[in-house]
Amino acid sequence: MDSFLEEEEDEEAAVGRKRSPAAPAGSTLQPPLHLPFLPVLLHQPASSHENKVNFKKSKEACLSYIQDAMLQKQWKRAAEFLTFYVESLEKDYSREPISPSEMIWRIGTEILCHHSHSSMKEFNCFVEQMKTLGVKRYLKVCLEHVFHLLCNGQIDEAYQNLSLAESWRFGEQTALQDKEMKLIQAYRGLLDYYSWSKQKNVLLERGLDGFADLSVEQEMHSCFRKAAVNLKEIIKIPGVWDLFVKCYVDLLEFYGDHNEARQVLNEYAYNSKFPANPNAHVYLYQFLKRQGESKKSVISALKILHDIVPSHELMIDFNTMLQKSKKRKKRRLGLEVIFAALDYAGWKENVKAWSCLARQVKQIVISEKHLDWIKQEWNSRKDWWPAFHFSRYLAKRNWQENKNLSYEKALVAGILLGKDGKYFKYVSHQGCKAQVKRFRILKKFVNRRNPVYLRISGLSDSSVQP
Amino acid sequence: MEADIIADLATMLLREVVNTDFMTNSRVQTISKGSRKQEKTDGGCEWYVCEGFQLILKKQAEALEALGVCSQMKDEVLYSFWRCYLQKSKQAYCNRPAGETVKALSVRESSTDVDSEPERPSLLHLLSLSESEGDLLTDCSFASSMSKVSESTSIYSGSVDGSLYLMKNQKEKLRMTMPTTLSFCYMALLWLREPITLSELLRFVVEGHIPYLNVFQHFPEKMKLCGLDLKIFCVESWPVYEEVYNKMLELAVFLDLPRFPDITDSCFLHPDMLCIKYLMEANLPDELHNWTCRVVKKIGIGEVDFLTLVPGNKSTRKVKYDILAAAVIVVVLKLLFLLDDHYEWLLSDLAEERNKNNKEGGLYFEFKKWYEVVKHSLDVEQKKLDEERAKYLWRCEKPLFYSVKNKSRVLKRRQMVVNLQNQFGKLSGSVRRAEKPNPSSFQLRWSEENTDGSCFHGHSLKGILQEKCGLLTAMNPDYWLCTVKLCNEKLCGHLAHYREEDFPQSYHFVLRLFSFLLRIQPSYIHDEVCMIEHKLFNKKLYKKLKYNTVLRK
Repeated sequence: MDSFLEEEEDEEAAVGRKRSPAAPAGSTLQPPLHLPFLPVLLHQPASSHENKVNFKKSKEACLSYIQDAMLQKQWKRAAEFLTFYVESLEKDYSREPISPSEMIWRIGTEILCHHSHSSMKEFNCFVEQMKTLGVKRYLKVCLEHVFHLLCNGQIDEAYQNLSLAESWRFGEQTALQDKEMKLIQAYRGLLDYYSWSKQKNVLLERGLDGFADLSVEQEMHSCFRKAAVNLKEIIKIPGVWDLFVKCYVDLLEFYGDHNEARQVLNEYAYNSKFPANPNAHVYLYQFLKRQGESKKSVISALKILHDIVPSHELMIDFNTMLQKSKKRKKRRLGLEVIFAALDYAGWKENVKAWSCLARQVKQIVISEKHLDWIKQEWNSRKDWWPAFHFSRYLAKRNWQENKNLSYEKALVAGILLGKDGKYFKYVSHQGCKAQVKRFRILKKFVNRRNPVYLRISGLSDSSVQP
Repeated sequence: MEADIIADLATMLLREVVNTDFMTNSRVQTISKGSRKQEKTDGGCEWYVCEGFQLILKKQAEALEALGVCSQMKDEVLYSFWRCYLQKSKQAYCNRPAGETVKALSVRESSTDVDSEPERPSLLHLLSLSESEGDLLTDCSFASSMSKVSESTSIYSGSVDGSLYLMKNQKEKLRMTMPTTLSFCYMALLWLREPITLSELLRFVVEGHIPYLNVFQHFPEKMKLCGLDLKIFCVESWPVYEEVYNKMLELAVFLDLPRFPDITDSCFLHPDMLCIKYLMEANLPDELHNWTCRVVKKIGIGEVDFLTLVPGNKSTRKVKYDILAAAVIVVVLKLLFLLDDHYEWLLSDLAEERNKNNKEGGLYFEFKKWYEVVKHSLDVEQKKLDEERAKYLWRCEKPLFYSVKNKSRVLKRRQMVVNLQNQFGKLSGSVRRAEKPNPSSFQLRWSEENTDGSCFHGHSLKGILQEKCGLLTAMNPDYWLCTVKLCNEKLCGHLAHYREEDFPQSYHFVLRLFSFLLRIQPSYIHDEVCMIEHKLFNKKLYKKLKYNTVLRK
């Protein structure tokens, strides 16, 4: 019975050559190598203790379970594992990039935000504890706490927290956390503005009479002063401060300090140290419009906006303004602006935009002057606009969904692509079939103007009049 | 029989003890009389590190007793070993060793001139003198808090000889550490041939049935723990099999123990017996036991002389009973199924065919079905284990602080941790972890009564065996060796080097199964498998080598 191996020996011997034991690659005999003496330490390969389950490893595993649970929005499970992770606060991790206390703060906040059973009270309690954990993060934690309170509508508590944070001092940490401090002051300014605005509304509603409102008025003015100081400070620092700028300008305008307002807005829009921000120009434009400034300054403000964001929603107003202008250059710019806007998919179905373009194109065609403008604009677009805007599919869809849109587009299509273009043909045909008057007029118009199309598309030889 | 062994041990140890006139030893007198100098004002007393360890060992022995180990273990065997150790390491039961001052180094307020104390070791030097991984080393708060007092501040510990303990030269005397307590326990268990293997012991430790982590909580109030004591008594990692085992061997040599009681084939630790247990747990057919016995007999690992531990005998390879038994099963599986990712599935298909067509006479063992069932359970249990590992709580209620200055900070932190645990514990919805499960020898259980056919104990191996000359042999004619040549264990640390990608998936699965059951790395089982294979195929390998040398000539 025990010789089962022996009897196989004979077979193996024969088969042995062919089927040698499948020895894995790692253990084949190597030719001897002569190496210099290695210190004893290096004789051994990696320590067998690498699998040792210790504090650090088990906390790392715990953390990855927390992350998994959070990614899958399993908040109960994440909370469960967090209870096992918080132990790591008792150990010093000063060498790690992110300390456990920061980890716990961030994870805890997430869980408390999303967990169905958590309340604001619990959240506040948690954050207070977190504030005591890390001095280096104190202001950051305060700020995030304030944001959370604001998101939950607790404006008064947020204000209190901001005031508290502002008065915090901690040796050299105060200087190190200067940026957060500025933000805190700015947000306090913002909340001051908010209360100012509320009081202003109250006063305006009640009318200008009544001495009982004096206290309210005084309060309002003090809010203004507080807000103005802080907002002004933050705007000085290069950055994106849209909200603060708007509020500050509002304050200034109310109190009649238009110069200051204009200066602030110019600074915000044109100072190269500030990051490029389309909104800055929008605010400036709106301000100038409110102030009834000259067309020239308004247009120059919008021109920059056109350069940065050709697809901006103000482009329609811009085009309208430019079309009305007596100067040729301005009208030329207007055409450029509207064509550029319609390059973007967001404008494809915008009736107003198309009507602007249609009006301008029609006007040019009727006057027979400046056809080269259209030609220039169309040159770079004739390869792709037909498929982008004037396909047969779009013709059908536009006709079904929005007759106005199809009308305007058909006009443009008729001029740019001629009376035989797919779009125009379909829409005008449909329009005439439906016996809608304007479509019939349109058809006639385009048919009459076909030579213009030929000139634009460069199919005819006749020289172009300037 | 057991009583005889113990009596022998006791007399042997006593022989040594009697030689020393320990009545004059004031320290022993002090301890035995129970009188202490109540020096400290906070109610603490003087205590020595070895007393702490003595307490720990006592607790561990009590826990083992609660698990069913006989009471002799605690009262006689372990106690004898411990006494012997104390004597050999000259910590007690002997004349005060010359040259060693046991006076504690007290805390000084003012800084001392470094030059006047050239031999005073620096703090960091002491911190680095730990045998363990030194997880507490990374606790910079200790170093920083101490450095605030002064550079050469003396060492602070609650125990009398805490600092001295860490300074001791490791080579001369075997220094006591937390893992070493388990080595003591295992040595005692082995001496008594109790049916607990080392892997089981370590598993019980991790599951909390045997005090290990934070056992210092149970020190009496008077024994204040702080400073360097933490380095000695606090653990932040679970003990590793290799570490505990090797320490045990060292201990056995250090204590000059004689040959351990024989491990005969009626012993639980004998491979035949352990194989039964592991076969059951792995849900393999009982018929395989036949084969494991044959392998054991053929290579002689069932012999008393092979299995019994003889401390000091460096020529024999020491036996790890649990790993050995698991490896035998793996070898048997390889013999019968080849486990090359092809043949076993082929055999399984044949068995399936037969089972479908012929229901009478019992089911044939299908490797594929077994694999599916066991893999499923294994994955579930492994996942549970991984989650448990992520949920270990290492710290306990008793606060640990290195110095009084640190105390308030530590307490504050602890309070915050408890608060956070409460807060998020409420949010975790489910009930707090249930009480730790009852200790059990079997981790995977399969019952014949289950009608879903998930138990394979009773299945027959007929499908893979054939009759040849009246003997039952395996249908499988081939075998592949895990390694052609064994490494030098002393240099390499291993007999062979295991990498998952170098071996068939089925082989890896089987290793993974036993690796889970024994809570050790697959490479250790792989080592034993290589060893067994080389014994088994020794003649063939020897012949081949001889043939090669002949060829060369």
